[in-house]
Amino acid sequence: MTNEFAVWVFLSRSPLLWLTVTLLAYVIADRVSAATGRHPLANPVLHAIWMIGLVLWATGTAYPVYFEGAQFVHFLLGPATVALAIPLYEHRVTVMRVLVPMLVALLVGSTVALGTAMATARLFGVPEGILVSLAPKSVTASVAMGISGALGGDPALTAVLVILTGIIGAILVTPLLNLLGIRDWRARGFAAGLAAHGIGTARAFQVSEVAGTFAGIAMGLNALLTAILVPVAITLLR
Amino acid sequence: MIVSLTLLLLCQLVGEILARGLALPLPGPVIGMALLLVVLVLRDRRPGGLPPPLVDGTLESTGKGLLAHLSLLFVPAGVGVVGRLDVLAAHGVALAVTLVVSTAAALAATVLTFTWVARWTAKATAKPPGTGR
Repeated sequence: MTNEFAVWVFLSRSPLLWLTVTLLAYVIADRVSAATGRHPLANPVLHAIWMIGLVLWATGTAYPVYFEGAQFVHFLLGPATVALAIPLYEHRVTVMRVLVPMLVALLVGSTVALGTAMATARLFGVPEGILVSLAPKSVTASVAMGISGALGGDPALTAVLVILTGIIGAILVTPLLNLLGIRDWRARGFAAGLAAHGIGTARAFQVSEVAGTFAGIAMGLNALLTAILVPVAITLLR
Repeated sequence: MIVSLTLLLLCQLVGEILARGLALPLPGPVIGMALLLVVLVLRDRRPGGLPPPLVDGTLESTGKGLLAHLSLLFVPAGVGVVGRLDVLAAHGVALAVTLVVSTAAALAATVLTFTWVARWTAKATAKPPGTGR
């Protein structure tokens, strides 16, 4: 009994346990996703998250303790974002050919993401204070939290809304764009990265490298444009 | 692989320094992405003198290895959301509807604009046979 307790004390303090749990949950979620032929509802991020959440709840583990171990995985987001330059460079000829469509789609998409979020939230009576935290929801988390914080929003709420937007986008993108009859991987990837940042980009890479490349570009460009548009939109609303 | 990882981290590091130092509205890694792109262009303009892993495809396979499991990297941050769902409590339904509507609208608007403009510019630049390259 005391021995088992000692083992648990060691494990709960070492990053080893939670790093392993993170990878294990992801491997299971990814296998299921692959077995379903990458079905949108089998999104590996979504299913790994609730499985780990369940383990944390069952063991009474606080998130900061979990993150001690999981931070090694989280850290790799930075170098992975830098690595987006590699497929971008390899597909540079394809990218340069559609520079104009990309920039127009960026302007329209970014405005629609922001405008529809503000309009729908207002329609449902979401208070003004929360609108600021909601506005940058389609942008990669670090930028969105910065925008929200600078304008008096709640960065923690923004982070939650950003992750949820990413998961919703990654699930919606395939059925919605099939419904619209769009077969162009460049356009599909660009939309995924614009509306659903990195999680949308991860989804795009699951289905096609060209889609992933365009998603990565859209994610970067939308971070820049939204940082400019949100302060304007908030000023207009006040 | 170590040389390739070092280059990725170096780009991110310079990106973070630029982002913070100049207070740019972009995350350090996104600036790092632009820097790596410049490095790749320069590498192929003037090859030679670089460590082999940067020219023999190791850099490419290391980067693509990271990107192959991009989904995994969002899991730790996502788990944080499970514990913070309480912030949605007061307006949970309204916010959920907003996220679904707005994300669907953004996807549709982006993809339709992209394909329309792509078709239109392709038509505008298309030359009669024999006159182009």
